Amino acid sequence: MTSTQLILVAAGLLAGSGVPGLFADRRARWGEWVAVIATSAAAIAGLLGALLPDAGPSLRMSWGLPWGRFDVAADAVSRVFLLPVFLIPALGTIYGLGYWSQLEHIANGRKLRFFYGLMPAAMAVVILARDGALFLMAWEVMAISAFFLVTTEDDKRETRKAGWVYFVATHVGTLSLFAMFAVLRLATGSFTLAPTDGAVLDPSISRAVFILAVAGFGLKAGLMPLHVWLPAAHANAPSHVSAVLSGVMLKMGIYGLVRITGLLPASPAWWGAMLVAAGAVSAVIGLVFALAQHDLKRLLAYSSIENIGIITVGLGLALLGRSANQPAWAALGLGGVILHVWNHCLFKPLLFFGAGSIQHGAGTRRIERLGGLARRMPRTTGLFLVGSIAICALPPLNGFVSELLIYLGLFRAVGAPGASQLATAAAVAALAFAGGLAAAVFAKLFGMAFLGEPRSDHAIHAHESPATMIGPMTVMAGLCVAIGMFPGITAPLIDRAVAVWWSPIGSQAPSVRGLAPFDWLPFTSLVLLVLSGAGFLALRRALSPAPVQRPGTWDCGYGAPSPRMQYTGSSFGQLLGALFAWATCPRARRPRMGALFPKEARFRSNVPDIVLERAVLPLVRVAADFLRWARLLQQGQIQVYVLYILLTVLVLFISMYAV
Amino acid sequence: MIAMIDLIAHVLLLLLMPPLLLGVIVKTKAAFAGRVGAPLLQPYYDLIKLFQKGTVLSRTTTWVFLAGPTVTLFAVMVAGLLVPLSGRPAPLRFAGDFILFAYLLALGRFFTALAALDTGSSFEGMGASREVTFACLAEPALFLGLLALARLSGGLSLTALLGGQVGGAWIAAAPTMVLVVGGLFIILLVENSRIPFDDPNTHLELTMIHEVMVLDHGGPALGAVLYGAAVKLFVLSAVVARLMVPVASERPVIHWPVFVVSMLLVAVLIGVVESVMARLRLLHVPNLLLGACLLTGLGFILLLGSSS
Repeated sequence: MTSTQLILVAAGLLAGSGVPGLFADRRARWGEWVAVIATSAAAIAGLLGALLPDAGPSLRMSWGLPWGRFDVAADAVSRVFLLPVFLIPALGTIYGLGYWSQLEHIANGRKLRFFYGLMPAAMAVVILARDGALFLMAWEVMAISAFFLVTTEDDKRETRKAGWVYFVATHVGTLSLFAMFAVLRLATGSFTLAPTDGAVLDPSISRAVFILAVAGFGLKAGLMPLHVWLPAAHANAPSHVSAVLSGVMLKMGIYGLVRITGLLPASPAWWGAMLVAAGAVSAVIGLVFALAQHDLKRLLAYSSIENIGIITVGLGLALLGRSANQPAWAALGLGGVILHVWNHCLFKPLLFFGAGSIQHGAGTRRIERLGGLARRMPRTTGLFLVGSIAICALPPLNGFVSELLIYLGLFRAVGAPGASQLATAAAVAALAFAGGLAAAVFAKLFGMAFLGEPRSDHAIHAHESPATMIGPMTVMAGLCVAIGMFPGITAPLIDRAVAVWWSPIGSQAPSVRGLAPFDWLPFTSLVLLVLSGAGFLALRRALSPAPVQRPGTWDCGYGAPSPRMQYTGSSFGQLLGALFAWATCPRARRPRMGALFPKEARFRSNVPDIVLERAVLPLVRVAADFLRWARLLQQGQIQVYVLYILLTVLVLFISMYAV
Repeated sequence: MIAMIDLIAHVLLLLLMPPLLLGVIVKTKAAFAGRVGAPLLQPYYDLIKLFQKGTVLSRTTTWVFLAGPTVTLFAVMVAGLLVPLSGRPAPLRFAGDFILFAYLLALGRFFTALAALDTGSSFEGMGASREVTFACLAEPALFLGLLALARLSGGLSLTALLGGQVGGAWIAAAPTMVLVVGGLFIILLVENSRIPFDDPNTHLELTMIHEVMVLDHGGPALGAVLYGAAVKLFVLSAVVARLMVPVASERPVIHWPVFVVSMLLVAVLIGVVESVMARLRLLHVPNLLLGACLLTGLGFILLLGSSS
């Protein structure tokens, strides 16, 4: 069996993992265990298939449809993106045993597990596909499964609204991809995804393909300002779904961009500069919005936009390297992209699992109601701290390594003459700024949720989550530490993928190991960890002999402090948020304090997504008015839809014999 | 042999010299005010005293409260191993080590902020909020400065950026160097919470930044905080000192004394700034930090005109 076949088998296992459970009794638990066993087996098979050195020839089968064919292959670029697709859903299914057990979610547990297996299976096919038609079909299965996953709790109004926005957004993106494949087919004569040279694609065609790809894949990845669907969808889905959406599905947009740019002939410099600029904007503005959020999971969703921004900067850098024929920039840029894709698929699901654990234990996701969870949920606290340090790109964890690669590439690009200097220099400043912002955002999140005194009864009565939830989080945290301490283990996979992407250019791409200090980082990380650990223990020992007094925190002698007097998340972010009020347009309802003895008053503030509220929704309303006639097609009667299907089949038949 | 002497001198100075800088700053300020001032070695006496004391821990705090000072201290120590103090190669040097340097400082800041939030005190939350806000604005200035230095030296490690080539950089691009040193000096002041950003001697919690974050630390924990702050001052001062006094030599008897003297000069300079300036209003701090970004950014842009 070749590794491609092994991966396909794994995808099949994933797709079927939730099917037996559909026939289970609503109160039976065996369906959950079948899903766990199937996804775990799929993870083992899929990871083996992706890591085995033998690529195997591509698999081709004919099928009875007029366009395209079943053509799949697993090259090195596919493999690096396949790893998260198999790992995260398996961990998520185990986590679901505790977080979304069938007994507690009788109404929607079975539906959720069915689509929870189908979506990653479709993603695996997207990554393997070498044919445009197959790619689009798998893409659509993935998008629709994600819709049903987001709307798991479709009895809630917020959730339905979030699902609806996602549904429209993803189809706008798909439309753009349809156009892109149509243009490609017009130029090359087939749907096959193979490298093309300048003789086949003239610059205007490849420019059109690139712009359509950025629009379509950028919508899926959540690149600003195409991110409008992302925050609400991530916030309202169950946490293990948010983990897969954020950790894996967003990366399908990145995969698409990497794949398509790898196929096109050498690109003009503005492509790379545009991606660098778009990524830098996403990184900074995503975090500015994250800082202003009151909802734990909305905050994490905006932070995903930041990470996608960092990845896009890396991809832009790689494209700049392509146009300037600088393999070192491409190796560092694309290497940073791949490593950050892996890293983000570890620490973001870890944080979403942690958010789910908080929701499970404390019953709320509102940051202002939490506090003091470190005493009540010690394991979640430690794991969440690992995720926070990793996502802030602080050493010695994995986020630092991938940002280091991108920084190094940018510094090299700045040193070389050319017009891209200013773009890359601005990107360095933006990434540095984003680094400071990320630390602020996660200091706020961790500090407000886990430290201090509990701010509500929810937080007082919080309890630790079961081992089925802690276990998967531990695995992810362990991988974060492992990649952070020993980044060299990732180098061979990265090098192979960069070589595939660089191959149309001709020359040899250098190894990322030679460009980045992979051999030094284990040493500095160990020194840091050992010294800090020893220092911490020494400090505790120094305090232990004398009985330590434990009074309350110093309150300036005030007689009756209450936990609500603590600094809140909003007050923590106020100073920084005020600097960015021009971008976020926060809304606040302030009470008027007129009388000498004011009555009870309420203050309320929130930061809605400005692009969605001010630009997209008004535009959609106008469009809906304009397109009212199209509603004639939507009769709401099942017979009419059957007629549509019949007509479609008929048209397909005719076209088969006509073409 | 010389490498061995350099290594030992580097580590010893990194461990022992930091509190002396605080003493020099205090002495300078006393001289300006016409006082005698505390003894030069007073910071050492303070540290020894603190490490012998017991402590009081708030019942709100967790292990994070003690992890804050230790992680901060050792993060800046490791960062200190990356800087070529005397112009000779640093003990640890590799491509991209300046990024590790910047992020180690960020790691320390992150843990200091968490330890502050661990107490649940509003004052400390306020301090943590200010610290992370000003750090956001200081990071781009630091990186733009590094960018200019990297372009001037053509290297990708601190040893290349701050090593023997600094003298050549002054000859080749003096305006850029002036701007970069100015920007980095502002960063030195803000990162170490000196006037005009923060007054280390203030007695009002509402106006503090760094000191308010460590209000609840006492005894050995406070000792670790103060020592860590001193090491951070030492490390960032060393960067500025290397740029201001770009002496390169192969002989330890020359470059180490030169380094010590240049460090003392930077400390005196900080003391002079603290004596002649008032503290800025908190709302004006971001403006000065943007100014630092503009200085280092302009220094970089000046390089674009000249072909390297």
